[in-house]
Amino acid sequence: MGNSSDVIVVGAGVVGAACAYYATRSGLSVTVIDRGPVAGGTTGAGEGNLLVSDKEPGPELELALLSTRLWRQLAEPLPLQIEYEAKGGLVVASDAVAMETLREFAKRQEKAGVLAEEIPADRLADLEPHLAPGLAGGFHYPQDAQVQPALAAAHLLRASGARIRLGEEVTGLLAATTGEVTGVRTTTGTVHAPHVVNATGTWGGELARRAGTELPVLPRRGFVLVTEPLPRVVRHKVYAADYVADVASGSAALQTSPVVEGTPAGPVLIGASRERVGFDRTLSVEALRRLAAQATALFPVLAGVRAVRAYAGFRPYLPDHLPAIGRDPRVPGLLHACGHEGAGIGLAPATGVLIAGMLSGAELPLDATPFSPARFAEGSGPAAP
Amino acid sequence: MPDSASEPFDLTVVGAGCAGLAGAVTASELGLRVCLMDGSGQVGGQFFRHPAPALGARRPQALHHDWSAFATLRQRLETGDTHRLLRHHVWTVTRESGELWTVHAVAGADGDEERPVRVRTRAVLLATGAHERQLPFPGWTLPGVVAAGGAQAMLKSALVLPGRRIVVAGSGPLLLAVASSLAAAGARVPAVVEATGYLRYARHARALAANPHKLLEAATHGASLLRHRVRPHTRSAVTAVHGTDRVEAVTVSRIDEEWRPVPGTGRRIMCDALAVGHGLVPQIELATALGCATRRTTDGTHALALDGLQSTSVPGVWAAGETGGVGGWQLACVEGELAGRAAAFRLRGTPMDAARVRELRRRRDRMRAFADAMAVAHTPHPGWIDWLGDDTEVCRCEEVTARRIREAAADLGARDARTVKLLTRAGMGWCQGRMCGAAVACLAAGAGDGDIPPSPERRPLAVPVPLGVLGSPAEADD
Repeated sequence: MGNSSDVIVVGAGVVGAACAYYATRSGLSVTVIDRGPVAGGTTGAGEGNLLVSDKEPGPELELALLSTRLWRQLAEPLPLQIEYEAKGGLVVASDAVAMETLREFAKRQEKAGVLAEEIPADRLADLEPHLAPGLAGGFHYPQDAQVQPALAAAHLLRASGARIRLGEEVTGLLAATTGEVTGVRTTTGTVHAPHVVNATGTWGGELARRAGTELPVLPRRGFVLVTEPLPRVVRHKVYAADYVADVASGSAALQTSPVVEGTPAGPVLIGASRERVGFDRTLSVEALRRLAAQATALFPVLAGVRAVRAYAGFRPYLPDHLPAIGRDPRVPGLLHACGHEGAGIGLAPATGVLIAGMLSGAELPLDATPFSPARFAEGSGPAAP
Repeated sequence: MPDSASEPFDLTVVGAGCAGLAGAVTASELGLRVCLMDGSGQVGGQFFRHPAPALGARRPQALHHDWSAFATLRQRLETGDTHRLLRHHVWTVTRESGELWTVHAVAGADGDEERPVRVRTRAVLLATGAHERQLPFPGWTLPGVVAAGGAQAMLKSALVLPGRRIVVAGSGPLLLAVASSLAAAGARVPAVVEATGYLRYARHARALAANPHKLLEAATHGASLLRHRVRPHTRSAVTAVHGTDRVEAVTVSRIDEEWRPVPGTGRRIMCDALAVGHGLVPQIELATALGCATRRTTDGTHALALDGLQSTSVPGVWAAGETGGVGGWQLACVEGELAGRAAAFRLRGTPMDAARVRELRRRRDRMRAFADAMAVAHTPHPGWIDWLGDDTEVCRCEEVTARRIREAAADLGARDARTVKLLTRAGMGWCQGRMCGAAVACLAAGAGDGDIPPSPERRPLAVPVPLGVLGSPAEADD
């Protein structure tokens, strides 16, 4: 049975790789199919953030906390090249008002299990010597970490032992007369399995349509600026308090808030912009200008540093900002694991564990109801704006 | 110059080489308000690179056979009213609205008072030329190994030779020109090593016969090389470089039809420099960032897809010269003029001189056919990969070896240059893959089954831009 397995995962990004990894570890045989290469979509365009600091208490934070533990475990068997770094995050406030908001936010997060330490203004320089003077203070989040996302996805996929079919596009599902999924049709043939996992990220809505169902995933564009390689001038992931508000917002207009971090390879990465403009890769000079201006305001030393590259990525965005993880209400045998917006790298392992648990019938480590794709089915309540 | 700072130019030409110069002077003489931008401090581009006046060269034309053609273009530029922005590095072009574009540049010397400049314009002519294709081989990072075109540029602009005994190697028509200039400037050139056999041109006899000037050019170089007792080695390649601190010798091996070295044919040739290049790659980042369509050229690079009047697939953006496929300076002049005329017609309704346009198109098509025939002959064959040791650095900026690229392809499923880059950092460094891109693409394609078509990279920043410049609100037109 060369082309049949227990599970087909569509999508060779980090979420697909994590689903494949945990599914094979629960004893299932897995085939991963992607129309492009490994990490060719949003995974390859991300910064590799594993964050708890930017999340409000609630289901997503629980998923993030579980993922944080899982990434730490994964860093053991996976090779060093995935560049796992428990570098910690530093959120800074520009004035006393922002600092008070941050303090209140951190207090609520701590109740949910997040570690957060207040850093008074005069101690910021101990953590980040090159930060601009005059900030009101900040919070240090030691659980925040980073990986190199493409390498993490590729090594996770390789370690899964799944069969991998790249350059092959899924065009539709195969179903029995009773409606149950029996596999997928691709551009080069058919592959059989009783379960299909939609891990196609930003393109999750399109795959859902091909499967005869619906999932309202939309792209939310972001640009990342990459500098020439530098000695370590930025030690943590550093961002301004406004970032949290931007992440939670549903606005379509361009928003930027500075997120600055160094990488083991040397370049400094600068994000984060958000705008809903469809799959348009056209450079927005205004987005880059704001990113550069905000980053140099946080780290004046960067003004003389050159940006060598900029790229766009598309966050898979669902109207209520929660991913879709679980069984499709209309198509038996189809599961969704997409819509993680800008947090897919961070949330991938927990998503993989949940999907593997649902497939094998194991007990789930947390309540997956808030992520159920059924919440988008007709009549299940209003969608957020 | 525009009457006021807020009024856009009609046409902004990026690149002041042959194509850009011809385009700018043509458009300006037909009544357009033209802005001509270039990163260099002087016009002329790569081909007519010449010493800065400060060097006091008395006869800059000594290294050029066709100086008078350039002198005429320069004269027309100087007598016209084209607005010149030299030492302006264009990093991106954006569309403001249907008929309005903004060209974004960094002005100023390196690291010294750099500032953002924004030029608004109703149309753009991209004449950004080409850069040299490099294929790695053991020892290519040793001091004394220089790019063939780079060696010629140094000679033309600074009157400097990379060594005293220089082997010239690689593939492509540029090699003979480089060898003859180096020899004429006083260097010993013990060998010109060409991977292909010149007899291959004979397969395209018709294209050759239609381009007698090219034969004449080759004959001139050939005669000059004979006079300097330069020995050509065809169907051969430099497969190793020897030396500890710098080049002391190279190994030249015969290669077979697929460019695999033939065992036992290696010969050492003593030298203190190696000038190497494998043809040119069109520089099309500004255009691909705008979504301009590309075509695959006969030698495996990507060039812009252009219509009969040099328009790209994006209306309002024209291209001329090597951006549309490498073809040399004469073709660039013809295409630049065509584009200038087309722009004048589109923007001002200036009637086209039908006879002249017909003549230009005839010359362009003839030279393109010849260039394509040459390119076929000089296309790298997959066997060149056999030159590489596992430890040979392919990406010099990020120090990525051939082994790591092979592993990324074999073990991690990378099958195109972009994925190799994501998984190994090859091409992520300072040069952004302009140096190693061709080699990485070949290595990745060699490992996969090639069903993911390679696409030219989208690089929104055509040149590195300081964050301080990027972040400052740009001043209106210079």
